[in-house]
Amino acid sequence: MMKSNTEIKPSVTLDSSRRWLTQALLRAALVVICVVTAVFFLIRIVPGDPAKMILGEYSTPEAIASMHHTLGLDLPIGDQYLRFVRNLVTHGDTGASIISGTSARELIADRAPVTLLLIVMASFLAILLSLLLAMLAATNKDKLLDHLIRIFPTITLGMPVFWVGLLLILLFGVRLRWFPVGGVGEGWTGMLHSLILPAITVAFTQIPTLVRSLRAQMLEVLESDFLVTLKAAGIPSRVILLRHVLRNSALPTLMLLGVNISYLIGGTLVVEQVFGIKGIGSLLFSSISKRDFPVIQGIALYCAIAVVIISLLVEMASWWLDPRTKGKQ
Amino acid sequence: MKSTLLDLPLQPDDQRKSTFQTILSTPSLVAGGIMLVLLIGLAVLAPVISPYQPSEQNLYAFLKPPSAEHWLGTDQLGRDVFSRLIYAARSDLKIMVLAEIIPFCTGVFLGMLAGYYGKWVDSVISLVTDTFIAFPFYLIVIIVAFASGAGQRGIYITFILVGWIVFARVTRGLSASFRKQEWIASAQTLGLSGVRIILRHLLPNVLPQAVVVLMTDMVGLLVAIVTLGYLGIGIAPPTPDWGTMIADGQSFITTAWWLSAVPGFAVVYTGIALSLTGDGLADLWRRK
Amino acid sequence: MSASPILEVEELSLAAGSKTLVSGVGFSLDRGESLGLVGESGSGKSLTLRAILGLLPRGVEQVGGTIKSEVRAAMIFQDPRKSLDPLCPVVRQVEEVVYYRQQVSRKAARTIALELLEMLGLPDSLKQTDRYPSQLSGGQCQRIVIAIALACKPGILLCDEPTTALDVTVQQQILATITRLQQELDFAMVFVTHNLAIAATLCSKLCVMKQGSIVEHGDALSLLQHPQHPYTQMLIDSVLPLPELEGSASV
Repeated sequence: MMKSNTEIKPSVTLDSSRRWLTQALLRAALVVICVVTAVFFLIRIVPGDPAKMILGEYSTPEAIASMHHTLGLDLPIGDQYLRFVRNLVTHGDTGASIISGTSARELIADRAPVTLLLIVMASFLAILLSLLLAMLAATNKDKLLDHLIRIFPTITLGMPVFWVGLLLILLFGVRLRWFPVGGVGEGWTGMLHSLILPAITVAFTQIPTLVRSLRAQMLEVLESDFLVTLKAAGIPSRVILLRHVLRNSALPTLMLLGVNISYLIGGTLVVEQVFGIKGIGSLLFSSISKRDFPVIQGIALYCAIAVVIISLLVEMASWWLDPRTKGKQ
Repeated sequence: MKSTLLDLPLQPDDQRKSTFQTILSTPSLVAGGIMLVLLIGLAVLAPVISPYQPSEQNLYAFLKPPSAEHWLGTDQLGRDVFSRLIYAARSDLKIMVLAEIIPFCTGVFLGMLAGYYGKWVDSVISLVTDTFIAFPFYLIVIIVAFASGAGQRGIYITFILVGWIVFARVTRGLSASFRKQEWIASAQTLGLSGVRIILRHLLPNVLPQAVVVLMTDMVGLLVAIVTLGYLGIGIAPPTPDWGTMIADGQSFITTAWWLSAVPGFAVVYTGIALSLTGDGLADLWRRK
Repeated sequence: MSASPILEVEELSLAAGSKTLVSGVGFSLDRGESLGLVGESGSGKSLTLRAILGLLPRGVEQVGGTIKSEVRAAMIFQDPRKSLDPLCPVVRQVEEVVYYRQQVSRKAARTIALELLEMLGLPDSLKQTDRYPSQLSGGQCQRIVIAIALACKPGILLCDEPTTALDVTVQQQILATITRLQQELDFAMVFVTHNLAIAATLCSKLCVMKQGSIVEHGDALSLLQHPQHPYTQMLIDSVLPLPELEGSASV
């Protein structure tokens, strides 16, 4: 990751942490610029005229021209891009909704809380369950439990997230009646209660990959020399597991989740549709069915920027938490 | 030693026999292979095997549970679920394979370029992959599939745009590590051109790993195709598709749960078959 | 001094599955005594140590013999960098062992840990809680590992090639430290090495191991001067071919 350390000239006398931080920030900024550009070109690279898509095949040339004007498609491409970027920088917006006229930013901000809550709950569940399963597998290496946990990813890899959601609804919603089958409940407790099944569904998609690499990671820790030192020194095994093994495995878990956060967000959007949750996912689908380009662009942009920021934060956190990255004093 | 795929046809007969034996001693490859053959057999022979036409409606026998007449029951229009299931396998698997060809080739090629040349080529390709990865996979798949028009064409365009990244990442890492090895350096000193080294020497060495990744990636692709179908922007009816079958059954989840469950199991079955094959191939090449 | 040995190993056999790794190894050790276990890599020396410690690697089992020990054992390992938790400040690691092994309060554990670091000649900066193994030199790490071993108040110190991973100059310092500590604290020692010269300077008794069993044992000096087994002779020959002429050899 830090391959380009040597490219910095030695005359730059920043200490290693500031140099690392600058590089990470620069790279993230570059990706954000590319993301903005990609979102801008999104409605221009796809085949067909967006105005025609919005208005239908048989609309009048006048209507199409006026729609071009609304979307700003009648300007030269450079001007369009500048306008797009200016609007984004000053208002944090991708334009007004074609349908309601409300700004895309407000529409998204309106729906964001429930989606964010779902993502946080799912991440929490994913980390907790993966750590637990990986620990069980690693401490029972080559026993039945380990084999069962290891087969698990092979089976779940091909499970569509919406299908898992449906089965969970069938089992826990319809049959056992433990959770509501859809929608979001009233108040804090109702909301949390109704989001448990969706959160489990989203977490379920993350657990196979997390468990697979965590198990390998933990085995490495469990078979490492320093664990023998600790055991030889007579530290109770409970303390070793909680304080040393868990801490050494938590770091890679965090990094893995950072890498997978993009998949987690994508899964959340689909799962919202299955459970009828009015979050960003359902906004995306309603905007798609109405061909509301500015809102679609806004969702894409905010999701992508969120991913970039989260990955950056995770990278920074793990760099900060891991003394090995700082080298000798 | 470095055994390349190009060498394979030149091997003497007895050696080829031993290759066959090593395949038999890789249980996951055998299991995955058998599952795949069974699946492909069903899909190819669908017109012969299926007891009914996939779109044949029978409004007198709708939402029937599994019976001797209808092995997996009937749906809300009285269509035979088993027949639809194997016809859907035909369309889903065909699209899965076709949609993977171009992304596989571009991904492997771009990855080799980035890994072999390094420097600015690598920086540019890495920046592009980082940008694509920033967009949640399903978000980008849904948007592009919708924007390029629902249906099969949308699926192909979507995966040409986003499917190559996985392969580029894997082959980039491999190529970068091979580049540092002596045999590449000796090829360079012989004055071979970069393109020639990439195609003749690098490609055979990164291909096995890329094929292993291809297997698991196909699972992801199939799941994405099915998800698009479920959301109504994938394979359009009347072409049978597992995703639309699950979506159609959702309304009857309380009374006829198998309508949604069964097509899902078909996807899971395919996923297991492909990942077992991938694991087996990885095992096989690691042992060589 | 009591006459009975503090460690007695008899007919020890270790195996991984059907493969025998150590067979019929036996020796005894008195208080304050040092024993060298010498042999090439794979001869079963390290496994014998792990067996005494009661921490055999996964898959290896004791299939025969007895180990009788009346005192605590502590161990020093081959690679000091890998022997410490990379995410835990070094002082804390020493402190933790003192706390659990000596049954004292957290505060007392901290004081004892700091004393141990001082005793091993480690710089004061390492007493801060933001010093991690990755920031230390190999020699410093090995001193921390020794401090951890001493925190157990061992009656026997088991050393598994503690200098192999270190620079030559650091090797001398570590060996001198171990010798000094043994004189001060009077613990017994089993020292595993493939280097006969080191073993002979540190230990009064030597056991030569080959392919899992002891081929020759006895008093260090007499064993070196009159080796009985051809394998011992070979080890001696391979350790001592120092060039007689000054400056002519480039290593």
